[in-house]
Amino acid sequence: MEALQQFEFLFFIFILAMFLGLELITKVPSQLHTPLMSGSNAISGISLVGALITLNVENADSTLTTVLGACAVGFATINVVGGYLVTDRMLEMFKARPAPDKKGGGA
Amino acid sequence: MIFITPILYIISAILFVFGIKQLSKATTARRGNATSALGMLIAIIATLVGHGFQFQWIIVGALAGAIIGVLASKLVKMTAMPEMVALFNGFGGLASLLVGWGTYQVVADAMGVGWGVPALDAASAAKFMDDIGGGFSAATIYLAILIGGITFTGSIIAWGKLSGVVTQKPVLFTGQNVVNFLIVLAILVGAVWFTVDPEQYWIAVVATGVALVLGIMVVIPIGGADMPVVISLLNSYSGLAACAAGFVIRNNLLIITGALVGASGIILTSIMCKAMNRSLGNVLFSGFGAAGGSTGGSAIEGEAKPMQPSDAYYILEAASSVVVVPGYGMAVAQAQHAVRELAEMLEHNGTEVKYAIHPVAGRMPGHMNVLLAEANVSYDQLVEMDSINPTMETVDVAIVIGANDVVNPAAREDEGSPIYGMPIIDADKARTCFILKRSMASGFAGIDNPLFFRDNSYMIFGDAKSTVEGLVTEFKESAA
Repeated sequence: MEALQQFEFLFFIFILAMFLGLELITKVPSQLHTPLMSGSNAISGISLVGALITLNVENADSTLTTVLGACAVGFATINVVGGYLVTDRMLEMFKARPAPDKKGGGA
Repeated sequence: MIFITPILYIISAILFVFGIKQLSKATTARRGNATSALGMLIAIIATLVGHGFQFQWIIVGALAGAIIGVLASKLVKMTAMPEMVALFNGFGGLASLLVGWGTYQVVADAMGVGWGVPALDAASAAKFMDDIGGGFSAATIYLAILIGGITFTGSIIAWGKLSGVVTQKPVLFTGQNVVNFLIVLAILVGAVWFTVDPEQYWIAVVATGVALVLGIMVVIPIGGADMPVVISLLNSYSGLAACAAGFVIRNNLLIITGALVGASGIILTSIMCKAMNRSLGNVLFSGFGAAGGSTGGSAIEGEAKPMQPSDAYYILEAASSVVVVPGYGMAVAQAQHAVRELAEMLEHNGTEVKYAIHPVAGRMPGHMNVLLAEANVSYDQLVEMDSINPTMETVDVAIVIGANDVVNPAAREDEGSPIYGMPIIDADKARTCFILKRSMASGFAGIDNPLFFRDNSYMIFGDAKSTVEGLVTEFKESAA
């Protein structure tokens, strides 16, 4: 019964986070949708936390778990590192016009 | 030290939320990304201060992942961003699958359960159920494996389609629906069985295999031009997979963060579907574009008029406003730098230049914005479809570069057309319309484009990049 209550709680958090996400993302303009996607690639690398927990010492007896966990750490790290870096590289390129140049520019 | 972890998790979740919030403005977006990265760092530290770990394996995995991640992020071309995002969606899914499986494997190994091992007696089975954490835990493990598996292979196929390894055409075969139905049925039966009887190791193995097959099956029938929808959807799945892994290990942070990504993918998916005037079901199941060559609508009259760049130059030279409508073809031809150069020439000549961006132009949401940003086009010159359309009639020249369906007036006028109702950029309403195209071949959907035959339309055939470079040369020569 305790487990059931815990799931109820986790599910509650899930639904709230989902609504928060919908509210937040709706405000992202289409211009930034690609960085949003690569950024969320990085964020979904949060599985890394799960992967680390799989590699705790209590699980050391199960060789297969160690292998699975190490692979999970690897893939999640690709997402985290690659995702944040490529998003940064992309956003660095997003620039407004510096200053109106020679002709007009006011448009 | 353990009490620190939950506090740091809360801080981390807040940083993720703020990071996404800052991402909603171009001026703060880069800081937002850094905020979110800080959130991730804190999440990792918070986890590692918790309890003892097999650090040697963590280091091996993290080092390998970090090297690949750094290389990928530095080497990827901006035109290949859709491929990279697709691949990363897949890795996210796979990581969640592995976490789900790993958690299951611990209990399985402890109880001596495995492939081909005789079933446990009733008492041991009950203990197994207890160790797993009850039926709900078993169900979440199943769910993590399922979503993770579908996301993984689906993303790999999407990557293959985007990079040309797998055909961009929808792959359809007879009995596809029957096969899919059987797969879904097997998954449902497996779900019930595994929830009641989690010591049945073979169910986990078969479910993994079936999920991987299902991932392939859901993406192969979808054509190249529908990839913006598919990538968005898989983006959402990768978040939901992380959520499922969060339920397995009962971790708040994974659930919250995964839900944020899941929501992001859902919103992008719905924006993409709206921009094509199609339902998600239609995108996923119709095999749109497979028929090929079907005109559907009324026959098109008139003749397409080819034009040489040297003649186009005179029209551009006299224009006071020009709108560039880029599409996937611009990415393929790598023409974005040449386009920016042409725009600078035009602006130098006193012409106002804008770029009209259709939401589904390219192969992923925002694809064109990134390419043009890479070419140093300032983002205030990029105008969304809804803002540019009311002004199109006052535009002297619309230059369509590698776009087709997104400027097809049949979507507005021809009720018989398969794309009727899809919002388009009204390039045909400009006083003159140049279409840069390799040949007269119809677009992805195999739908004829009446725009090419309009009185005010001129086709400039050839590779988009060399055509635009040709125009730039004309400007340079006349200036000299």
